[in-house]
Amino acid sequence: MTDEPVLEVRELRKEYRVRTSRAEAVPAAGSALLGHAVTRRERAGVLVAVDDVSFSVSPGQSLAVVGESGSGKTTVARMVVGLERPTSGTIMVSGRERSWRHVSSRERRRRAREVQIVFQDPYSSLDPRMSVRASLDESLRLHFDWTRERRDERVAELLDQVGLDRRQANSLPKALSGGQRQRVAIARALASEPRVLICDEAVASLDVSIQAQILNLLSDIRDATGVSYLFISHDLAVVRQVSDAVLVMRRGRVIEAGPTASVLSEPSDAYTKQLLAAIPRPGWKPTLSGS
Amino acid sequence: MATLEAPLVATPAPRPRRRPDWVVLSTGTVIALLVLMAVFAPLLAPDNPDYANILATNQGPSAAHLLGTDSFGRDLLSRLIYGVRLSLLGPALIILIATLVGTVLAILSAWYGGWFDRVVSRVADILFAFPGLIFAMLAVAMFGPGLVAPVVALSISYTPYLMRVIRAEALRQRNLPYVAACYVGGLSVRTICTRHILRNVMPLLVVQAALSFGYALVDLAAVSYLGLGVQPPTPEWGVMVSTGQSAILAGHPQESLLAGLMIVITVVAFNLLGDRLASRQKGTVRA
Amino acid sequence: MNVLEINHLAVELPVEGALRRVLHDVTLSIGPGEAVGLVGESGAGKSMASRAVIRLLPAGAVVHGDIRYSGDSVLAMDRAALRHFRTHDVAMVFQDPRAHINPVRTIGDFLLEALLERGERRDDARAAVIALLAAVGVSEPERRLRQFPHELSGGLLQRVMIAAALAVSPTLLLADEPTTALDVTTQSDVMVILDARRRERGLAMLFVTHDLELAAAVCDRIAVLYAGFLVEDAPAGDLHRNLRHPYTAGLLASRPDPVAPRPRLAAIPGRPLSAFEVGAGCAFAPRCAFAVERCHLERPELRALDAGRVACHRAEELAGQLALSPTPGGGE
Repeated sequence: MTDEPVLEVRELRKEYRVRTSRAEAVPAAGSALLGHAVTRRERAGVLVAVDDVSFSVSPGQSLAVVGESGSGKTTVARMVVGLERPTSGTIMVSGRERSWRHVSSRERRRRAREVQIVFQDPYSSLDPRMSVRASLDESLRLHFDWTRERRDERVAELLDQVGLDRRQANSLPKALSGGQRQRVAIARALASEPRVLICDEAVASLDVSIQAQILNLLSDIRDATGVSYLFISHDLAVVRQVSDAVLVMRRGRVIEAGPTASVLSEPSDAYTKQLLAAIPRPGWKPTLSGS
Repeated sequence: MATLEAPLVATPAPRPRRRPDWVVLSTGTVIALLVLMAVFAPLLAPDNPDYANILATNQGPSAAHLLGTDSFGRDLLSRLIYGVRLSLLGPALIILIATLVGTVLAILSAWYGGWFDRVVSRVADILFAFPGLIFAMLAVAMFGPGLVAPVVALSISYTPYLMRVIRAEALRQRNLPYVAACYVGGLSVRTICTRHILRNVMPLLVVQAALSFGYALVDLAAVSYLGLGVQPPTPEWGVMVSTGQSAILAGHPQESLLAGLMIVITVVAFNLLGDRLASRQKGTVRA
Repeated sequence: MNVLEINHLAVELPVEGALRRVLHDVTLSIGPGEAVGLVGESGAGKSMASRAVIRLLPAGAVVHGDIRYSGDSVLAMDRAALRHFRTHDVAMVFQDPRAHINPVRTIGDFLLEALLERGERRDDARAAVIALLAAVGVSEPERRLRQFPHELSGGLLQRVMIAAALAVSPTLLLADEPTTALDVTTQSDVMVILDARRRERGLAMLFVTHDLELAAAVCDRIAVLYAGFLVEDAPAGDLHRNLRHPYTAGLLASRPDPVAPRPRLAAIPGRPLSAFEVGAGCAFAPRCAFAVERCHLERPELRALDAGRVACHRAEELAGQLALSPTPGGGE
């Protein structure tokens, strides 16, 4: 792990302009009333979703960003893949800075081979009119100058890798279960052979038994390909299972960071303790969080 | 909360509906027959539609003239059959142009948003304020009567409607994670818009085109009826409703009636088909 | 007498014209003041079972078996009796509070409605509701009464829903995934309140959830549902000590632990079946690491074992083996 970081984020910040009526509706009482989307208000009309977030991911490492709704964790992920534009701060992938000015198609294609993403909802993250094979092949055609036979081979390989039956290659998403769709989404993300795979709550909407399968699968894929993970999750138990290092976010800020094992066994921040205490597990009783 | 109305438990299950969808089958058959009629009019028409016979005006049905003749003694059946051509061609052109332009604008608006979307939407709002018929009359006043002026005018007035409906759906698709995944996957904007977004709004587009076809046909017939579109003696249903009017008072309503009936059959067929396709999609079009 | 008794409940729903089974066989009872957790994955039929209790099923649903509230058959109630049952005896808390509250009316209107309908005086009702809001941990209850649902966060709104459920002084509470849409810390808060108010009032509760650990923490007994069958019913305290059904054991092993991670999760292979997909034998047999020929052929009856009931042919033989059951993980 002495190599240079494959992903490095420095002083990332994202502000949203909000209509003043909304900002005024925010009572002084604080965030409890704000509902899900909103986090922290610095001055009227501007909402700071992500505030001074820095981290780095080494090759083959798995970093988890954990937080509750409104913590800004998903915004971080979306900025890293280029779906949102940071207000300030830098994102470096493989030592190269990602700029937001005039990103050409060609540059986007190059970036696609560096970072890929798997979303939460397997029901809307696949094109409903595209078969599994077509989805994977589309990406292969775009990124590699291969013959049809070579691409077919690779599609079969990818399906094996994510534990899907090759016969399912011709199915449309609607013929697949939630877990199977998530496997397809993972295969599609892996098709461009990225160095970093971002999992944005990728197991959150799966049944417990399927969630375990996908978590095992992700761990196998990391062993086989050496891909790094940026794992966005609200679930500390899941985070413990898949990550080496963890970043705890709250209201746009990083409040605690470190190796997963030590952060979760000896959390130093009160909020991390609260989060940890709130997870149902053997012998657990619910307690008031006091927030 | 506790007062939520729920049905009694053991109501009988609704009867199976599926398999042969007779609405689609029957309306499809009607439309197919009309198209065949238009294509093979010279073979199907028993007579020359323009051949006038002063000696046999306003005749009732007979062996020589199955549906009788009009006030110029022309064979009505032949005129109705030839009339399919222009009566369908006009609305087909309108819908083709309007969906093409509307879809392109809709998808670009949905994708780029911002000022482009605002400009397109405002222009659409302005165009909405003009009834299509007034548009058509203006166009005819400027370019003279015929098929071209009203088709161009009605295309312009149908575009904003189709644009709006398709934009809403394209916008919904654009915000689904699969489109984000395509973007992150490095696909070009053109590929995402055509291969993914367009393909997913296509079902809605077909339904809207079918529904609008009926309206366009009626609008175009109205233009012809007012004497602003296709001119007599060209066989066209709107024209025939108009020219047949004078004979109605003389007790010979068949020309207007039959032409009107053809319009009604065609419009009803397209609307029923569009409605049924729309309701069949309800369950499946969602991603 | 038990507050709720469900006997061999089966439900069929019309899907594309044909009846499709969503619940096969559920037998369950809840005593006064008892909390029972109904746990299962998607397609297990847990929501359907809880909704069947108040006959809140989609049009065309066919129900077999028997549901008794304090001895009276719910399925046989006429409209007036059903209405009385729903407004006085039972209350429901849903997963998504926003979908079950009228967005254009104030919280006050919503909370007072049921009480005023029962003929209570407005001042009394208002005082009762304010006391309730305070009891479920809602700050400034009087101000809340004037607010609209969109002004409240999900956690706060769910507390309002709990207050509404308690306001009618029911004897039975049906809670359908009441905390699934909430953040974990909020979930913990809401569960503390729900649990405390329930115990205080001696309310019986059917708690529907996908989270076995959460159910075990707040319920007296756990009933596990798989593909429309009740496969196990056991005291909550026994859950980790005494595993009896391979499915329950598998569910527990599937869940990662935040403090003591396993190198690899013991995933149950395959995917949870829906009730209508079940074949002749045990519904879980296709995914079960312990299935023998008999399991595929013969459907196991739910029978008494130790302090609970279990539907597994091999429950006795497997006792003690299940805790250490890293089943080979596999694809679907």
